[in-house]
Amino acid sequence: MSRVLAVLEQRDGALRKVSHEVVTGARRLADAFGNSTVDALVMAAGAARGADAVGGFGADKVITLTNAAFGSYAPEGYARAIVDRVKAGGYDAVVFAASATGKDLAPRVAAQLGRPLAQEVTDVAVEGGAVIAIRPVYAGKALLKIKIAGSPAVLSLRPNVFTPVQRPKAGAAETASVDGSAGRVVVKQIKAAPAGTLDVAEAPIVVSGGRGLKEPANFKVLEELAAAFGGRAAVGASRAVVDAGWRPHADQVGQTGKTVSPTLYVAVGVSGAIQHLAGMRTSKVIVAINKDKDAPIFKVADYGIVGDLFEVVPKLTEEIKKLHG
Amino acid sequence: MKIAVCIKRVPDSETRVKIAPDGKSIDEAGVKFILNPYDEFAVEEALRRKEKAGAGEVVVIALGPAAAQETIRTALAMGADRGVLLQADRIPADGLQAATALAAELKAGGYDLILFGKMAIDDYNHQVGPMVAELLDLPCVTTVAHLEIENGKGTAEREIEGGVEVVEFPLPAVLTTDKGLNEPRYPALKGIMAAKKKPLDTKPTTLAAGGLDVLALMPPPERQAGKIVGEGAAAVAELVRLLREEAKVL
Ligand SMILES: Cc1cc2nc3c(=O)[nH]c(=O)nc-3n(C[C@H](O)[C@H](O)[C@H](O)COP(=O)(O)OP(=O)(O)OC[C@H]3O[C@@H](n4cnc5c(N)ncnc54)[C@H](O)[C@@H]3O)c2cc1C
Ligand SMILES: Nc1ncnc2c1ncn2[C@@H]1O[C@H](COP(=O)(O)O)[C@@H](O)[C@H]1O
Repeated sequence: MSRVLAVLEQRDGALRKVSHEVVTGARRLADAFGNSTVDALVMAAGAARGADAVGGFGADKVITLTNAAFGSYAPEGYARAIVDRVKAGGYDAVVFAASATGKDLAPRVAAQLGRPLAQEVTDVAVEGGAVIAIRPVYAGKALLKIKIAGSPAVLSLRPNVFTPVQRPKAGAAETASVDGSAGRVVVKQIKAAPAGTLDVAEAPIVVSGGRGLKEPANFKVLEELAAAFGGRAAVGASRAVVDAGWRPHADQVGQTGKTVSPTLYVAVGVSGAIQHLAGMRTSKVIVAINKDKDAPIFKVADYGIVGDLFEVVPKLTEEIKKLHG
Repeated sequence: MKIAVCIKRVPDSETRVKIAPDGKSIDEAGVKFILNPYDEFAVEEALRRKEKAGAGEVVVIALGPAAAQETIRTALAMGADRGVLLQADRIPADGLQAATALAAELKAGGYDLILFGKMAIDDYNHQVGPMVAELLDLPCVTTVAHLEIENGKGTAEREIEGGVEVVEFPLPAVLTTDKGLNEPRYPALKGIMAAKKKPLDTKPTTLAAGGLDVLALMPPPERQAGKIVGEGAAAVAELVRLLREEAKVL
C-alpha cells in the first residue's frame, strides 16, 4: 500500500483554496499508485478553518500540526515538522502547491530528505511504481517529462491546473502539537493587498491589460469587467504597463512576472509578445480584444474580437453583469 | 562583507526552442547563452552591499561546462572580484545535485551572504538556493524584492499571493533575488577590460548521483488557432454565447 502526503496552506487560520487542488492532485497520484491513501497536513496555530472539508476532495485523513509560531509561515519550523512526519510515516510522495509558500517550503523539505524536487508540475502519473511528472520549462516553450526514481517523490503543483474534484473520503481528523521554535527566519508582518483582492496566479478568471489601455486611469474599465465576474476575477498586466508604473509588478503576467493558468484569460490591448505568452498560454480559454487584427495574441486566442477596447469592454461588462444579475 | 553569488549560464530568453535528436534536450546550435537574468539582480545586490560596507569581496560561482567561464566573465565585468567555475560536463536536471556541488564549494568560504536568483529561466527549477541553505544549515529567504541589512540582521520583503511578506533573519544567510530588488548595471567597457585580468579558478567537479531521469523534452501542445468572433461591440453578444455554450466557462 502506498501513501501520499498533501501539504495544505492556511492564512490567518483559514485554509487557502489552493489546498483543494493539492489534495485533488495527491488523490490522483494515490489512485495512480493504486490502493493508496492520502494524508493532508496543515500547520497552524490552532485549528485551521476549512481543513475538515478536504475529505471531500479525497483526503483519508487530515492532520493538523499546531505550534504557537505556526500562525504565519515559519519556513524552518514548517520544514522540520513536515520532514519529521515524512520520516515517521513512510510516504511515497509529498505534494505541495507551487504557491509562494509551497515553492519556498518544498526545496527545504526535499533537501533535508535528500530527495530531488519537481516544482510547478502540471501533470502526474505513475509508471512501474515511479512518479512521472510533466513540467513546463524554457518559459513554457517546452515540456519536460521526468521520472522520479526512489521514494518519496517530492513535487509542487502549479495552481489552477489540478481543478478540484469531489472524491469524498473519510477525512478523519488528527491534531498534534509540535515542539520547537519557529526557526531563525521569522515572518513579522504581511502587508496585505485590499481585502478580497485575488492574486492573478490563483484567480479562476484573469482580465489583463496592456499598452492599448493608453493610460493608467483607464484600467478602471478592466476593474469593472473583473468585478462583473463577481469576485472570481483578477486584473493582470503586461510588462509594458508594469514598467511604465501603471500597475504593480505583482500583477505582471509573463516570463518575468507570474505564470497563470486560469479557466478564462481575457487579454485586452495586449499584443501577445512571446514573453507575455510564456505566462498565460496554458490558460484553458483565451479571449483577445485588440484593434489590430494581425496582433500575435490572436494566434493563441480561442476567441477574438477585433475592435476598440473602449467600446468592446464596457459592452462585455454589461453582458456579464446580465448573466450574474 | 564577504558575499558569494551563484550564477548560471542559460539560453537567452528569446531562444527558439528546438529539441535535439535525443528528444531530451535542446539543440544548442546557434543558441546564444547569457547570465541568468535573475542572477543579475543577485550580482547587483552583492556589489551594492560591498560598496555600502566599503570593504569586502564578491565571489561568483558557476557550476557548468567550460563555456560557463563566459558567464563568470560577465559577472566579473559588472564588478565581482573573482570567479570560481565548478567544471562539470553538464548542468544536472536535478537541482539537488547542483545544490550539493555548490554547497561543498561554499561551505568553508566564510560568507556573510550567499545570493542566488529565484529561478533559472531554462529549467524553472526554483530550488537550488533554498536547497543550498538547508545543506549548509543557514537561514534562507527566497524571492526577495526588497532588502535591508543592519548590524548582522536583515529584513526582506517577498511577494506572496495578495500581499507582501516582511521577513526578518540573521546573517550569515542565503537569499534568492526577484525582479524589483534593484536595477542591474550593464558592464562598462572598463569593467569588461578589467574582468579579463580578474582571477577565475576552475575546479573539476564530479556530480553526485541524481534521482531524476529526464524521459523527454516535448513541444507544448499547440493551441488551436482560434476564431475571430467579429468586430467591435456588436460581436460581444456572440462572444458571451460562445463562452457559455461552447467553451462552458461562464
Ligand atoms: C527578457 C524579457 C522579458 C519580458 N518579460 C515580459 C513579461 O513577463 N510579460 C510581458 O507582458 N512582457 C514581457 N516582456 C516584454 C514583451 O516583449 C512586450 O514588450 C510586452 O509584452 C508588450 O506589452 P503590451 O502588449 O502591453 O504592449 P504593445 O506590444 O505595445 O501592445 C499594445 C497592443 O494594444 C493594442 N491596442 C492599442 N490601442 C487599442 C485599443 N484602443 N483597443 C484595442 N487594442 C488596442 C495594439 O494593437 C497592440 O497590439 C519581456 C521582454 C523581454 C526582452
Ligand atoms: N549550475 C549552476 N551554477 C551556479 N548557480 C546555479 C546553477 N544552477 C542554479 N543556480 C543558482 O540557483 C538559482 C535557482 O536556479 P534553479 O533552482 O535551477 O531555478 C539560479 O538563479 C542560480 O543563482
